[in-house]
Amino acid sequence: MDAIITFIGENIQLIYILILSIFVGIEVISKVPSALHTPLMSGANAIHGVVIIGAIIVMGHAEAGNWPALILGFLAVILGTLNVVGGFVVTDRMLEMFKKKK
Amino acid sequence: MIQQYWLYLIYLLGSVFFIVGLKMLSGPKTARNGNFLAAAGMAIAILGTIFMHTNEDGEPIGNYGWIFGGIAIGTVVGWISAKKVKMTDMPQMVSLFNGMGGACAALISLVEFGHLHDDASPATVLTIVAGLVIGSVSFSGSIIAYAKLQEIMKKTFRLPAQNILTLVLLIATLGLTVYIALGHPSAVLLYTVFALSLAYGVLFVLPIGGADMPVVISLLNSFTGVAAAFGGFLYDNQVMLTGGILVGSAGTLLTILMCNAMNRSLTNVIFGSFGGGSAAAAGGGSA
Repeated sequence: MDAIITFIGENIQLIYILILSIFVGIEVISKVPSALHTPLMSGANAIHGVVIIGAIIVMGHAEAGNWPALILGFLAVILGTLNVVGGFVVTDRMLEMFKKKK
Repeated sequence: MIQQYWLYLIYLLGSVFFIVGLKMLSGPKTARNGNFLAAAGMAIAILGTIFMHTNEDGEPIGNYGWIFGGIAIGTVVGWISAKKVKMTDMPQMVSLFNGMGGACAALISLVEFGHLHDDASPATVLTIVAGLVIGSVSFSGSIIAYAKLQEIMKKTFRLPAQNILTLVLLIATLGLTVYIALGHPSAVLLYTVFALSLAYGVLFVLPIGGADMPVVISLLNSFTGVAAAFGGFLYDNQVMLTGGILVGSAGTLLTILMCNAMNRSLTNVIFGSFGGGSAAAAGGGSA
């Protein structure tokens, strides 16, 4: 029990961000029209590509001789970038199509 | 030190861009600019990390060759495949990119697990393993969703006692995750959890029909968001946390909204023909 309370205490700012972000996430998309469901999903998909930052940190602090870390980190950077770039470009193409239809 | 504060400011800006971008994405007139805004937020967060991030010991980011090489490869491949994909094939492309994000989160956890010290707190270990589990489920599930929509995998597989098997797998995965966190951080156990999570993702998506796939992709999308948020906890990284949780919560709501638009319930989609195959089949057919 003490360990849990200690964890919460030490990370209280992150936990506030966590809770508030949950509400913000729900609030900002609550009025989305159904035609925008797929582009919104795709846009959100690109945003969670922010995990690339973790990959950059792993890669950036991997020691020179630590090949498993280097290779896995490198792969993670590639995959994360795919998620970000592919995600935003696909979303843009979807929305472009949306505009033409109107 | 001051450099770190600049980075915090950049992360704050990135988070605001994500929130405003997501808000704009949910309105028809502003959607496209919202996407640009979110992309801009991502760009500054990435560049800020590369040039300003320092770890606990104050060391800056190194291995620039690897980082820029990886980003270059990812950008070229991602850009071309996103530009070339046919309009009708876009949902599976989203699923594929989502899977890449999940795999990215899983790989981060694998590497960070190797860096754990003996005195690591259970919370830290749990953060790492949870990122691995959710990222892996999202990865393998997304790949199956992709294969189904791309019609590489045409049939809907249903193993005998599928739901029970999936449940057992889920319980085993979660149980082992907690076990590792409570002071048994061995690599063998970690790879077992990794394998179990991958298998769970596959079994989770396999029985779901093609018409319900967009809902599943949306759900897996929010999973990856949560996996990214665990990374944020691990690195005390605010923008990863905000970005990840935003997608986690918005994605969950979006999943429910999509179900409502199809006149189905989420449990109905996920557990499909639990106890009555005909109802789910009829629902899937009409959607």
